[in-house]
Amino acid sequence: MDALNTVWDTFFDLDAMRAALPDMLRVGLPNTLILALFSALIGTVLGMVLAVCGLSQRRWLRWPARLWTDVFRGLPAAVTILLIGVGLAPLGLGIWGPNPYPLGILALSLIASAYIGEIFRSGIQSVDTGQLEAARALGFSRPSGMRLVVIPQGVRRVLPALVNQFIALIKESSLVYFLGLLASQRDLFRIGQDAAANTGNQSALVLAGLFYLLITVPLTHVVNAIDRRLREGRRADGAAAEEPGAATDPAPSTQLAISQEPR
Amino acid sequence: MTQQTRARRTGSPTSGVGVATRDVHLSFGSNHVLRGVDLDVPAASTACVIGPSGSGKSTLLRVVNRLLEPDSGDVLLDGRSVLGDDPDVLRQRVGMVFQHFNLFPHKTVRANITLGLTRLKGLSKDEASERALVHLDRVGLAHKADVRPGNLSGGQQQRVAIARALAMEPEVMLFDEATSALDPELVKGVLATMADLASEGMTMLVVTHEMGFARSVAQQVLFMDHGRVVEAGEPGAVFEAPRTERLQRFLSQVL
Repeated sequence: MDALNTVWDTFFDLDAMRAALPDMLRVGLPNTLILALFSALIGTVLGMVLAVCGLSQRRWLRWPARLWTDVFRGLPAAVTILLIGVGLAPLGLGIWGPNPYPLGILALSLIASAYIGEIFRSGIQSVDTGQLEAARALGFSRPSGMRLVVIPQGVRRVLPALVNQFIALIKESSLVYFLGLLASQRDLFRIGQDAAANTGNQSALVLAGLFYLLITVPLTHVVNAIDRRLREGRRADGAAAEEPGAATDPAPSTQLAISQEPR
Repeated sequence: MTQQTRARRTGSPTSGVGVATRDVHLSFGSNHVLRGVDLDVPAASTACVIGPSGSGKSTLLRVVNRLLEPDSGDVLLDGRSVLGDDPDVLRQRVGMVFQHFNLFPHKTVRANITLGLTRLKGLSKDEASERALVHLDRVGLAHKADVRPGNLSGGQQQRVAIARALAMEPEVMLFDEATSALDPELVKGVLATMADLASEGMTMLVVTHEMGFARSVAQQVLFMDHGRVVEAGEPGAVFEAPRTERLQRFLSQVL
């Protein structure tokens, strides 16, 4: 029984958790959220640019997007974060001082952009070509048609995949600890890791894990909710059609994310 | 029938604009899809294009509104070449209706129609909405204005698509197999809408497999095969007295 108690105390020592809690709440949680939110935001914007360039008819826009995607999706996240966070640090030092966050966010954004770009690209490509054709037939230019008609539909379909990517990003944000963080710059993971290293007790790290779960698990439910809405929604928001054979062919917007339409 | 007699008969405002092509060629790679197509649709008349699939009918329509650019030849609107025009402006003058409707599924029926009106025609939201309702009313679907297309039957969707095109007040309308994707019982309503439009004097170029429609509504029927207009004339002549063996064979298959 003693051994079991020891194991329990190693992971679930409430006193150790209580000791780490203030730092987690005051420092770790905000820092993790800042890292994740900013890189999600920048990554999404860059990802959309990448997707649009990757789908461009112009080769000189297409292949840099391809290369970008291959590099930042292909490299281990740790390598990218170290290369950018350490490699560009002298540059950053002159701009914002000894703060690893801007470069950490940059590195995370670049990684995220590669994945998000592919998510957007698959979504946009899954929109039937007739949609752009119809927009152009009305008199919209190709870029306007993409912006007003195609991209909104494509993005809608990949929202679940996009949220999954945000979840991955929240977890990956812990890798900024590679860049060396001051006490006030530590994220959830680093605070748990520090406490665990100091005391030899893993409970603070478990607490950090619980914080991550507290953020990510609700998000997975958001994914499921969006997914359900995309599948069934839309149907319910209008009066049922009266003609026979009404609403038998599924509107593209209700189809599963990223699925290619059979045409 | 000439434009004048038509106008007199219907008493409706007519589209004063005819559409024509001159020796249009278009290839996709080694596939020579259009091999010198000449076409003349006088103002306020309806021409139906019939022919087997792969004959270039739909491609021809897309050359007329320049969704596809011809390799050579000319496209004339109101007797004037449009190949030098801004294609986006040209397409506002030429409405198009598609086989698969291509309504925007993420927008309501009303928003499908107002999108072009506010963004391209510069109408205010209220003006656009008002005009949308007028055109929806014409096709009998004003009560569906706030429904999404996915909740409509195919026939209703196609009528909305027609309303969407007409709301832009085009001078010419193109129909690309507008009823081919519809359940049989829904075809009639869409054809009736198209026939109404023709009788009101819209200039229409209609790719169709509906021989009954071609016979009763069109002033001119063109039979296309392998990228060429093989035979053209009044519906009576084309259907009752086909001159070429190819048209005879086609008609024997579809009639």
